[in-house]
Amino acid sequence: MVKINSFKELKEHKSRLSEHKPAEWRIFTCAGTGCAASDSIFLAENFRKIIAEKNLQDRIQVIPTGCFGFCEKGPIVNIFPDDTFYVKVSPDDADDIVNQHILNGQVVDRLLYIDPQTGEKHAQQHNIGFYQNQMRVALRNCGKINPEQIDDYISHDGYFALGKALFEMSPEAVIEEVKKSGLRGRGGGGFPTGVKWEATRKSESDKKYIVCNADEGDPGAFMDRSLMEGDPHAVIEAMAIAGHAIGADEGLVYIRAEYPLAVHRLKTAISQAFSYGMLGNNIMGSGFNFKVRMSLGAGAFVCGEETSLMNSVQGERGEPRVKPPFPAQHGIWNQPTNINNVETYANIPQIILKGADWFSSIGTEKSKGTKVFALAGKINNVGLAEVPMGTPLRDVIFGIGGGIRDGKKLKAVQTGGPSGGCIPADELDLPIDYENLQSIGSMMGSGGMIVMDETDCMVDVAKFYLEFTVGESCGKCTPCRIGNLRLHELLEKISNGHGTMDDLKSLRELGEVIRDTSLCGLGQTSPNPVLSTMNYFGDEYEAHVKERRCPAGKCTSLLRYQISPEKCTGCTVCAKNCPVPCIEGERKVTHRIIQEKCIKCGVCYSKCPFGAISKV
Amino acid sequence: MDSKLQKLNKFIDGLDTKEGALITTLHHAQELFGYIPEDVQNHIAHALNVPSSKVYGVVTFYSFFSTKPKGKYKISVCMGTACFVRGAAEVLETFKQELGIDVGGVTEDMQFSLDSIRCMGACGLAPVISVNGKVFGRVKPEDVRSIVQKCKTEGISSGGQGW
Ligand SMILES: Cc1cc2nc3c(=O)[nH]c(=O)nc-3n(C[C@H](O)[C@H](O)[C@H](O)COP(=O)(O)O)c2cc1C
Ligand code: SF4
Ligand code: SF4
Ligand code: FES
Repeated sequence: MVKINSFKELKEHKSRLSEHKPAEWRIFTCAGTGCAASDSIFLAENFRKIIAEKNLQDRIQVIPTGCFGFCEKGPIVNIFPDDTFYVKVSPDDADDIVNQHILNGQVVDRLLYIDPQTGEKHAQQHNIGFYQNQMRVALRNCGKINPEQIDDYISHDGYFALGKALFEMSPEAVIEEVKKSGLRGRGGGGFPTGVKWEATRKSESDKKYIVCNADEGDPGAFMDRSLMEGDPHAVIEAMAIAGHAIGADEGLVYIRAEYPLAVHRLKTAISQAFSYGMLGNNIMGSGFNFKVRMSLGAGAFVCGEETSLMNSVQGERGEPRVKPPFPAQHGIWNQPTNINNVETYANIPQIILKGADWFSSIGTEKSKGTKVFALAGKINNVGLAEVPMGTPLRDVIFGIGGGIRDGKKLKAVQTGGPSGGCIPADELDLPIDYENLQSIGSMMGSGGMIVMDETDCMVDVAKFYLEFTVGESCGKCTPCRIGNLRLHELLEKISNGHGTMDDLKSLRELGEVIRDTSLCGLGQTSPNPVLSTMNYFGDEYEAHVKERRCPAGKCTSLLRYQISPEKCTGCTVCAKNCPVPCIEGERKVTHRIIQEKCIKCGVCYSKCPFGAISKV
Repeated sequence: MDSKLQKLNKFIDGLDTKEGALITTLHHAQELFGYIPEDVQNHIAHALNVPSSKVYGVVTFYSFFSTKPKGKYKISVCMGTACFVRGAAEVLETFKQELGIDVGGVTEDMQFSLDSIRCMGACGLAPVISVNGKVFGRVKPEDVRSIVQKCKTEGISSGGQGW
């Protein structure tokens, strides 16, 4: 380990690193949460074992990286120098990759990506549809460096922005640059980051805090997780830059406990940054002191809200505070506090290095730069996509996302999580930016994008979100605590087929009251999933009420599975697969479903080889 | 004294400051005991010099903390949005049937407990469940029985994750 005592030494360290000749072959393996769940850790181990057995350590290097973003096809392996991109690699494939590809020069054909639309095979990452049209600013290092090696980060200009800010820019100049870049908060609200920094700088106090909001509460969103797993030093560097700009000497990362791998990577990065002198006292000899520590969440969504977060950091129940005063005046332990999202920070080093003009040349008039989206749900390519602001939704869903699964039709895209709304298929050409999404009743949110098809019921989706909100409301104020419960009851009634037209009216009225009278952002936005689905899919609500019918065939109370005696051959496939089990019948005799026990999982329906089971 | 309590005391003694350290301490306690029973709550209250009511208030506010013991096999079904739209509710329902317990419950023989959680960040593999931290992706209702069976016959070693 080296301690770096000046900006010059940092530059020298980087050039020393670049003199190091890299191994002839480099194997990058994804070591993010998604791929690790598919045994990518054993894959890396197998590579190492084979390489050791053959004594090839000098020629081949294995580099575990953060998420490549293409989670659908994980585990991913990228081989250099020839830049071959392998998908769905299992631990057993390590053998073929080393023997066939590296030692014999033959690409392992069966592990290449096949474009589902054209049937073409692609060996290179940049030829794959998923990566075309992406622009990686925040995710620039994910999949490219080993996140547990600070030297890898420094080789990619890591901590150069901090050096530049400390030695070549005054705090005011840093703030000016961030303001000029047009960067807005990526945590959901879209507040201009430079303006927030300026306000916190102007608050007089001996003690100030820099907080990174890594609570990532929107279920189904995993941008921040991947950033922290893939490039943790970028977040730390940005927090130190913010500390210099604002006049704070302490940083705090509030991270959810459900992300053990991200916690581990950040912890490692923080300790490396301390030993290199990128954190601590007198950073690079500049006289600037800054330390960072972590604070673990404990499974409360409301703690992503900034004032709840601050209470949670103080070891209290995570209930929101009344604003004003804002965190910039009274934050943690009542000291001025600047709080930003992970992705917001991840953009900062690039803005400092490449300049505000470069950043503001990307995006739309009011939304600058790029945004990372987590594509999930009924989409072919689940994964992370970073695109310039202003990209039409269609390009993201059908270009990068590869369209809808199983040849089904797109029904809606949900953005903004429990605070957001559903965007119907006919709004797909909308360029994505903060204002546009708001104008159609949704919001940017943190970047979760859940794609739904014709088999998803909008009443059911609204009910799902409300159930979430009811469980997560902190209970401090009545409209949110009681109102959301009532909203949920109404939705339950409708999805059970007992709703009335008056209930639909009450839904809307109650939703508006909750929105207007709740204390914090959670309550103020909780009716959005209901209101937006009612606006765009009103007829679906009415079908549940007037016809007692769920057009999507999802609401289980309105649904029964039935076996047609004409088509049933008594093959027993359904009975064998029913998880309850609740299908009776002898071999070669018509089967029967015991309706009282059926949990409506739909397994029999999808398994019957004769199409004898129908939904009614 | 109980060796786990001793470890907890050592952790508390090693804290930089007791102010604001309640949640950190609770995390540690849950790691040691698997859950946070009332006597441990009282012990922490005493050691950190805060009222027991405050400890109880914090423990019950955060869903990560449990006041009841969990089963030998801790099954968590992700009910995040990505998993939900890919059929997590049906998977959860099947687990309830198979184990005969509700969400938050433990089987009588203390072998299995069932929880639903909100997104573990493996949305690409939706629907996702975990058993003692080991993640299973793309789970279908018809896989449930074999997962439970696997626990009973071979056991499942921890994936080292917190859930
Ligand atoms: C209920 C609720 C949950 C939130 N959850 C998050 C979250 O998980 N991550 C996040 O960065 N911001 C979250 N926010 C937004 C934060 O309050 C805050 O605006 C943000 O962290 C500021 O950072 P930014 O300006 O960089 O976006 C949430 C807000 C509300 C009302
Ligand atoms: S709106 Fe809901 S979450 Fe926010 S303070 Fe009120 S009860 Fe708590
Ligand atoms: S829907 Fe599921 S529970 Fe009902 S009969 Fe079919 S397989 Fe069994
Ligand atoms: S929603 Fe289930 S892992 Fe993210």
